[in-house]
Amino acid sequence: MAGEPMTEPLLAIHSLKTHFRTDDGMVRAVDGVDLTIERGEALGVVGESGCGKSVTALTVLKLIQMPPGRIVDGQILWQGRDLVSLDMGEMRKIRSKEIGIIFQEPMTSLNPVYTVGEQIAEVVRQHEPLTRREAMDKAVEMLRLVHIPTPERRVHDYPHQFSGGMRQRVMIAMALSCNPQLLIADEPTTALDVTIQAQILDLLEEMKERFGMAIMLITHDMGVIAESVQRVVVMYAGRVVEEASVDQLFDRPLHPYTQGLIRSIPRIDLAAEKKSRLEAIAGVVPSLLDPPAGCRFAERCAFATPECTNAMPELREIEPGHRVACIQY
Amino acid sequence: MSQYLIRRLLIAVPSLLGISIVLFTILALAPGDPFGELAMNPAVPPEVRAALREKFGLDDPVMVRYLRWLTAMFQGDWGFSFVSRMDVDTLILQRLPATLIVIGASQVLALLIALPVGIYAATRPYSIFDQVANTLAFIGFSLPTFFTGIVFILIFSITLDWLPFVYQSNINATGLAWYWGHIKQMIMPVAVLGLFQGASWTRFVRSAVLDVIRLDYVTTARAKGLAERVVVMKHIVRNALIPVVTLVALQMPAVFGGAIITEQIFRVPGIGSLLISSILANDTPVIMAVTFVFACLVILFNLIADILYGWLDPRISYR
Repeated sequence: MAGEPMTEPLLAIHSLKTHFRTDDGMVRAVDGVDLTIERGEALGVVGESGCGKSVTALTVLKLIQMPPGRIVDGQILWQGRDLVSLDMGEMRKIRSKEIGIIFQEPMTSLNPVYTVGEQIAEVVRQHEPLTRREAMDKAVEMLRLVHIPTPERRVHDYPHQFSGGMRQRVMIAMALSCNPQLLIADEPTTALDVTIQAQILDLLEEMKERFGMAIMLITHDMGVIAESVQRVVVMYAGRVVEEASVDQLFDRPLHPYTQGLIRSIPRIDLAAEKKSRLEAIAGVVPSLLDPPAGCRFAERCAFATPECTNAMPELREIEPGHRVACIQY
Repeated sequence: MSQYLIRRLLIAVPSLLGISIVLFTILALAPGDPFGELAMNPAVPPEVRAALREKFGLDDPVMVRYLRWLTAMFQGDWGFSFVSRMDVDTLILQRLPATLIVIGASQVLALLIALPVGIYAATRPYSIFDQVANTLAFIGFSLPTFFTGIVFILIFSITLDWLPFVYQSNINATGLAWYWGHIKQMIMPVAVLGLFQGASWTRFVRSAVLDVIRLDYVTTARAKGLAERVVVMKHIVRNALIPVVTLVALQMPAVFGGAIITEQIFRVPGIGSLLISSILANDTPVIMAVTFVFACLVILFNLIADILYGWLDPRISYR
């Protein structure tokens, strides 16, 4: 971006901290996350369960339960506007209109008592001055775009009459119906079976081409990352540990955690040759209730030195576009 | 839909027959004799008593008496009250309006309390409002109506002398004063029943709303940019009401039963007090008819609950 200093990123998150008050104490679910998304870019956010990926996504739209959740610190700059300080009324105008979101569980993300047409029309009418009739037409059009057969009939069906993959298509249609500049996809394929996963990823790709929106794809599946995005942010225990282009990340993973993640991808070619066991990262994600000082990965890291536990390593740029938070580099 | 209705109504026939057999047998086995009083009366010779028993067929076997009752029932003859000396159906129709008005008003009051309080408390769980509402609901739910009824009478009738504590069917007044007289005497029974029912429904509404409030589609609704009011009313409450409506419909017959005690305390001349007085007087035709009406209500409200359930939840289909 050095050549175009005038272009500001679509979304820039700076040292974001989202904490949750629980009976046991403060859970630091997101504890200093930095990431940016450029216009029209597909960014992958990857990490184990409980590393703060989803909370980061929900925080962008302020969809976390407040209380117990609270944005403790940081900025969420949306086209230069800080969303953290925005009131709920202003925030509502951004939800779906500027930033759309789809969730992990298409089976439960749609309201069972309204037809899918009503649910799409609802979001259209919330943001655009359309009549009920026009909004329904828009719903049919959106269902057609996401390749739901006979959309003019399906628009009157209830969610339980759709399969999981079809429901995720409905969710995508709903999230895109107001033409947002960013689509947050929070593990959109995790609950689907493999063939459907590929279809949904293809659909996201196609929609990105058609609408030109940016995508923030949250997943724990490195395979999905390799196929669908240009740039990747790796999260661990509420922090970003590495950021790189997909090629950089798979060719030369720097952070020991990323290296572990890549080694834990099942590979049919290797498995057949060596009959080797699938590698896993030893240990579990540390409790976010009282995270260790210093590098949070240190206790699971094969390269850990006593220095690792002294101070939290900051993200540093090692090569252009490739940043890592590890004292090795 | 109409096919479903017809099938459900046909299924109801054997259930009602079964219920009536059980009721009739229990009443026949129960001790007591509608003409027991006459035995104490020296002016009535034993022969007259025997003649009366024979006239009403009381000495026939239970089976024969039941079949006689059943055929009469099919012909629309509900029997004859030994005590009131009038047809049972006229007697019930006389008592019905008071019960319906008191029950109806108390159920409306209960819903007016339970819905807003339950919903508001659930949207702010563990807030001061929620805790106060929960505590009051727990108290209201724990205190039986015969206790609160008497406390109400003590306070509002005896100490303050604001409200009458005996319900009168005939009020000697005209125009507005007549209406006011009726309303005044209804206040206490309606409040006692309504608060009790409202307290238990508040707890139910709260938990039903809490069950829905954390579901994914509520987050979806918020992500759409809808106002919180729309999210709550259209997405949360609409779904939470499905079990609430079912519960309310299923509890309706039980409320008629609960009103028996309240009616007795406030001397409301309704179905409940009719049942109690006929039990005390061994007036079997009336007991049989009233309990049978309750049985019909249970079956009717079960059907209503099922139909409402399917209407509220598109996932249910009638087949």
